[in-house]
Amino acid sequence: MLPLTYWPWLIMHNIRNFSIIAHIDHGKSTLADRLIQATIMVPERLLKSQMLDTMELERERGITIKSNTITLPYRARDGKEYALNLIDTPGHVDFSYEVSRALASCEGVLLLVDASQGVEAQTLANLYLALEHNLAIIPVINKIDLPQADIPMVKEQIKRELGLDPDAAILCSAKEGIGIAAVLEAIVVSIPPPKGALSGPLTALIFDATYDPYRGTVVSCRVFDGKVKPGDTILLMSSGTPHKVEEVGLFGLTREPRRELAAGQVGYLIAGIKTVSDVRIGDTITLENNPAKEPLPGFTEVKPVVFASIYPVSADDYGALADALEKYKLNDASLVYQKDASAALGQGFRCGFLGLLHLEIVSERLAREFGQSLIMTVPGVRYEFTLSDGHVVAVDNPQHYPDPTRIKSTAEPYIKASIIIPERYVGAVMKLCLERRGVNPHFGNPSLGRVELSFEMPLAEVIIDFYDRLKSITQGYGSFDYDLIGYRSSDLVKLDILVNGERVDALGMIVHKDRARDWAVRVCERLKEEIPRQQFKIAIQGAIGGKIIARETISAFRKDVTAKCYGGDITRKRKLLEKQKAGKKRMKMVGAVEIPQSAFVAVLRTDKE
Amino acid sequence: MTIHVDDAAGLYVHVPFCLRKCPYCDFASGTELALVADWLRAIKREMGFYGDFAPRFDSLYLGGGTPSLLAADELASLVEALEDHFAFSPDTEITLEVNPDDVTPQSLQHYRELGINRLSLGVQSFDDRELAFLGRRHDSSRSHRALAWAREAGFANLGLDLIYGLPGQIVEQWRRSLETALGFGPEHLSCYQLTIEAGTPLARRQAEGQFQRLSEEAEREFFLFTSRFLEEAGYLHYEISNFARGNENRSRHNRKYWNHTPYLGLGPGAHSFRDGRRWWNHRSLKDYCQTLNAGEAPVAGEEILTPEQTRLEALYLGLRTREGVDLNVLLKAQRGKIGLQEMVKAGLAKVRDNRLIPTRKGLVVADRLALGFMD
Repeated sequence: MLPLTYWPWLIMHNIRNFSIIAHIDHGKSTLADRLIQATIMVPERLLKSQMLDTMELERERGITIKSNTITLPYRARDGKEYALNLIDTPGHVDFSYEVSRALASCEGVLLLVDASQGVEAQTLANLYLALEHNLAIIPVINKIDLPQADIPMVKEQIKRELGLDPDAAILCSAKEGIGIAAVLEAIVVSIPPPKGALSGPLTALIFDATYDPYRGTVVSCRVFDGKVKPGDTILLMSSGTPHKVEEVGLFGLTREPRRELAAGQVGYLIAGIKTVSDVRIGDTITLENNPAKEPLPGFTEVKPVVFASIYPVSADDYGALADALEKYKLNDASLVYQKDASAALGQGFRCGFLGLLHLEIVSERLAREFGQSLIMTVPGVRYEFTLSDGHVVAVDNPQHYPDPTRIKSTAEPYIKASIIIPERYVGAVMKLCLERRGVNPHFGNPSLGRVELSFEMPLAEVIIDFYDRLKSITQGYGSFDYDLIGYRSSDLVKLDILVNGERVDALGMIVHKDRARDWAVRVCERLKEEIPRQQFKIAIQGAIGGKIIARETISAFRKDVTAKCYGGDITRKRKLLEKQKAGKKRMKMVGAVEIPQSAFVAVLRTDKE
Repeated sequence: MTIHVDDAAGLYVHVPFCLRKCPYCDFASGTELALVADWLRAIKREMGFYGDFAPRFDSLYLGGGTPSLLAADELASLVEALEDHFAFSPDTEITLEVNPDDVTPQSLQHYRELGINRLSLGVQSFDDRELAFLGRRHDSSRSHRALAWAREAGFANLGLDLIYGLPGQIVEQWRRSLETALGFGPEHLSCYQLTIEAGTPLARRQAEGQFQRLSEEAEREFFLFTSRFLEEAGYLHYEISNFARGNENRSRHNRKYWNHTPYLGLGPGAHSFRDGRRWWNHRSLKDYCQTLNAGEAPVAGEEILTPEQTRLEALYLGLRTREGVDLNVLLKAQRGKIGLQEMVKAGLAKVRDNRLIPTRKGLVVADRLALGFMD
C-alpha cells in the first residue's frame, strides 16, 4: 500500500479514468470503498462505510446523490505505479445527464452486477450509456458470498442480455473484500490510458461542481487537451465568462493541490466562481489566451421535468425557507425555483426538479440540513397548452392553468419506460402500466424467465408512486428506467379540491380527463382521514370546473366535553389543550376549516392497496 | 385577567377510604379502614405545614373517598384540628360528602353540631338497576331515607350527585331519576355524564365488550335534555355538570377551582393552588403517611404556571361555566376575534357585559371552545 501523500508521476500512460456503474443496491459504493481501502492508507477516523457517499442521506438510502471523485495510487503487477481516477456517478435515472458527463470523462467502466439479482433495468441503461461513449467495459459480478448468489445465471445474462464476454467477468464480494485485487489489476490491463495533446489548447470537461463555503465553487473536471494552472484565466465556453484560476489539484481523501492539471488527468479547479449555478455540468473549460476552437461534445442545458410547490409549515418561516433554498442551491444547480403563493399555505416556492427522487432529496435535505418543516404539493409536470390565438404556453403550476375557454389543445411530456421483471409479474405490471395510460407495449425476452417490458407513458403518471407500486407488486424484483421522448397531445383538465366550498389552491392539479375521477376520489378520501372533525359538517369535493366528481363528508362534533374538572383534572386538561394547541400550529386555515399539514402529505402517500 | 387574590381561600380535605371501590371511580381511595388512624395522624401533621397558607378560608370541603365512613370522634377530631390550624370566616361553607347508606339521624345531628352546613349526597341514581351497574352499595330507598332525614336534621343546603348517560340508558329513565331528585328540592345538583376512566374496572369491562357506551349523538341529547329540564325546573346551569337553585346556591368551593382562587388540598392526591403555583400530594396513602412521618410535606409534584398557561386555564375553565370569559382575556390571542365571531355565529356563545358566555349548545362542545381562541 502506498502512503496517502504519494502520487505516481502522472504521465498519461499511467492514468486510468473509470467509473463504476450498476443498478441501485448492486454494491457500487461498497466496491468503491474497498478500492480506496486497498490503495490509500485511510486514517482510522475516516473509516466509515461507504466513504464516497458523504451525505447522511446517501448513507441511509444507500445511494449516491452527489458524486465524488478520487484518485487511487496503485502499484500494478507490472511494477509500475498508476493513478486510477475513480469518477463516482449518481446512481439514479433522475441524474442520467450527470452520469453521461461523468462517463464522458472516462475510458472505461466497471459494470457491476449483483450475483443474486442479476442484470436489471439500470444495468442495461448504464451499459448503453457506456457503449455510447465507446468505453471499455469490465463486467464485475458482486456479492458472490451471498447464499442466493447464482453465478452461472448471471454469467448467462451477461452473455445474452449485455452481449459481453462472461469469461472476462471478475467475481467479487466487495463486502468481504474478495476479488478486489483482480478488479484493480483489470482496471490497469483492460481500460486504455487517456489520449490527448498536452501542447494543444485547453479543453476540460466539467462533470461536477460542489460548493465550499470558504472557497466557492469547486469544479470537477477531466482535462482532454492542454494544461491548466493557477494564475491562468479560463473561459467557461457555454457562457464565455472568464475566471482566474486560484487552485488546481487532485482528489485524494481531501483535495490535494497540484501545480497543474494536464491532459488525461481528472481533478478539481477553484477559480472564484461564486455558486455552482454559475457552472454548467457538461460545459468545456478552455484558456482565454489560447481558446479551443470547439467545445467538447455533449453539452446540454438540463431542464427540470417535475414541479412542486413547497411552503413553510409556519408562515413565519418563509424567510428562513428562502435562505435555506438559496444555500441549498449553492450545491445543487439542477434545482430551480421561484416564488409562489397559495391562499391556504401562504408564501412559498415553485420548484423544478430533475425527477421524483431529486424532489425527495431536496425536500429531505431541506428538512435535515436546514431544519425546515415543509409542506409540499402534489408534484406535476410541465404541460403545454395551445390557445385559440395560436400561442403555446407552458404551464408547470396548476394555479396558472389557462382560461379553459381559450384552450385549443393540450400536450404533456411522455417517457419511454423500460422495466425488467421476472415473467410471473408480467400481468400485474402490464395492468399497472395500462392504468397509468401506458401505450405501445413492447416485450423482450432477454433471458429465460425474464421479460423486458417497454411502454410509452405520460411522465405525470410515473412521478407519483409508480416506482413504489412497481416494487411492491413485483416484490422488489422489478427494475425501472426511463427516457423522455417528447410531448404528445393529451386531454387534460384542471381538478380542484374544495373544502367546505372553498377551493384549496395548493391541492389543485392538472390531470388527464380519464384519470380525474380516480384522483379526486383518492384525494377526498385521504383528506377525510386527515381533517379532524369540527363543530360543523365539512364537505370535501373534487370538481372540474363547476362539476363535482367526488365527494366525502366529515361529520361534525356532536359532543365534546369532560364531565368533571376539579383539582388534578385542571392540570391534566390544560396539558391536553397545550398538546392540541401545538398540533393546531401545524394546521392551515381554509375558510373556517383547519386542515392539518398531514392532510397535504397524505395526498401524496403511496397507495398500499 | 381576574386574579382573585383578595378572595378567601378554599380548603379541601381528602378522606381516602371506601367500603368498596365503585367500578367507575378513579379517585385516590382504598378500602383498608384500619389505616384511618394513620391517615388522621398524618393529615394533622400536614396541616402544620400550611398555617400561613391564607389569612382566612370561607369554604371547607370534606370529600373522598367516603367521608361519611369516619366515626363521630374521628370526624370531630379532624374538624377540631382544622379549626386549630386555620382561620375561617363566620359564614364558611362547610360541605361533607356522604354516602346515603351511611347516614343516620344521629350522624346527621352530629354533623350539624360540628358546623357542617352543606351535604353532598352521592345518590348517583334513583334506579336500582343503574345503581347495581354503578356498583353502589346503597339502593334508592336508602337515598330517599337519607334525604328525608337530612331535611329533618335541618340541612338547608343539600347537593345531590347524579350520574347519567349509562350504557343502554334512555332519556326517559334519566328523567325519572331527575324528577325524583327534584322532589327533595335540592339546592344543588351535580349531574355527571358517565366518563369511563382509563384503568378502572368499568374501562376493562367495556374493553371486554360487556357493554357499549352511548353514541356521541345520544350523549349530546342527554346533555341538552339535562340542561333544558333543570333550567325549566328553575335551576341555574352554572357549570358543565353543576346546577344550582339560584346564584347563592352555587358551590362556593368548586368555583375556586375554576377561577384561580387559592385553595389548599390536604390528604393523599389532593391538589393545592396559590400565586400561580399548583402542587399535589402523593396519591398513595402509604407514601403520603411515610413522607409526613419523616417530617416532610407530602408533595409529589408541582408546577408554576406561565402567564400563557394561566390564560389558557382561565379560558377553558371559564368556557365551562356560565360566567364565561372576560373578552380582554380572549382578545389577547390573534385568533381571538375570529374565534369570537365564529363561535357567536355558530350559536355556541353570546357576548354579555364584555364577557363571552357559552350557550347550552356551546357547553356540549366546551372542550373544543378554548381551542378556537388559540393561535
